[in-house]
Amino acid sequence: MQGLDFTVVAPYWDLLLIGAWWTAVLTVSAGALSFVGGILFAVIVLYAPVIVAYPVRALMWVFMGTPLLLQLFLIYFGLVQIGIDIPALAAGIVGLGLHFAVYNADIIRAGIVAVDVGQTEGARSIGFGKWQTLRHVVIPQAIRNTAPPIGGNLIALLKESSIVSVIGIAELVHSAQLAISETFRPFEFYITAAALYYILNLVLEAALRLFERHVEASR
Amino acid sequence: MDFSLMQRVFPFFVEAALVTIEITVLALILGLAVASLAAAAKMSRSAILRTIGTLYVSLFRGTPCLIQLFVLYFGGPQIGINLEPFAAGVIGLGLNIGAYMAESIRGALVAVDRGQTEAARTIGFSRFQTLRKVVLPQAARLMIRPLGVNTVALLKGSALVSTISVVELTYTAQSFIGSTYKPFEIFGVAALLYMIMVYAVARVVDLLDKRFAIV
Repeated sequence: MQGLDFTVVAPYWDLLLIGAWWTAVLTVSAGALSFVGGILFAVIVLYAPVIVAYPVRALMWVFMGTPLLLQLFLIYFGLVQIGIDIPALAAGIVGLGLHFAVYNADIIRAGIVAVDVGQTEGARSIGFGKWQTLRHVVIPQAIRNTAPPIGGNLIALLKESSIVSVIGIAELVHSAQLAISETFRPFEFYITAAALYYILNLVLEAALRLFERHVEASR
Repeated sequence: MDFSLMQRVFPFFVEAALVTIEITVLALILGLAVASLAAAAKMSRSAILRTIGTLYVSLFRGTPCLIQLFVLYFGGPQIGINLEPFAAGVIGLGLNIGAYMAESIRGALVAVDRGQTEAARTIGFSRFQTLRKVVLPQAARLMIRPLGVNTVALLKGSALVSTISVVELTYTAQSFIGSTYKPFEIFGVAALLYMIMVYAVARVVDLLDKRFAIV
């Protein structure tokens, strides 16, 4: 048992901040993918012909029923097996993005169904096409009503992004591991990493609150 | 697809899945115990207990489960905590899910109409009696679904303990990749077993929910 000494963290502060930066980049890009993918999946499940909708449903079911860690392994190592060699960062963003797209799709699907049918009838009767109705009337309302749970998923994504360190992406956990391999001080560095995650979490929560207030005001 | 490989590894994977179940069940028990304490602390009259409860929930929900496992397993020896991977995995997962479950429990307790408490207190029930005989029975059925969601998350999250070398389903899958180089087949078998377990938990939650529903 050795005493704790947090001064060992100081020389590695820049490394940890770079890691935190990449965690933020990962969260934002995978978050954007999960949002767009969520809308896409929701629309497919609701409106696409059975031959498209069913495979997508099955895919969603698989993504919801298995651990993210396994999915990342499958995307990163599995794609190589069939000849697609994508860089770790891309595999991480795609894996995280798809995983949370599925959860968002479930929420957005419920949101679309909950939009009053009169909205669609109104839009159609003033001459909007099916697609236009969906694009300009139904989906914007569905998104607005489901903003809080989608934000919740983004917060979960920030924390889950720590998992991509296992496929070698240089984010916050990876930075901490690098520093630990030189200093053999796991406790200090993992606690520091945890604190940085906590701060990122607070920032994201504040941003989401601001955004939600903005959305509320636009009603 | 190499189906004969999948068939060959299947028995090993079933054994590994049993370890996953073991970890999940133990972490669930720990999590529920910690969550009940934390929920009680958060709703207590003592400001100190409330602060402790709030801090626990906020810290464990605000940081990644992976980091919590790493602090416990790799950082633990520095502060005199030496744990086997399995024990560290169970304790780490249990403490993590406990924070989420505390919120599920508290949410259900708060959701019971205030009038119920007021009425029970008015007719002479003590605080404890009110909780025990009036609020808890009503809150219990409201907890089933959120706690079920937490349990599914715990089951899937248990894959994380493979990173601290607990030999469960995901770890076993990884070790077979090293020797076979067939990720699709290997991870496919593991994914199938996870889905079966998740489906089973979801069914149990559905049944409980129906059994205790107010008709």
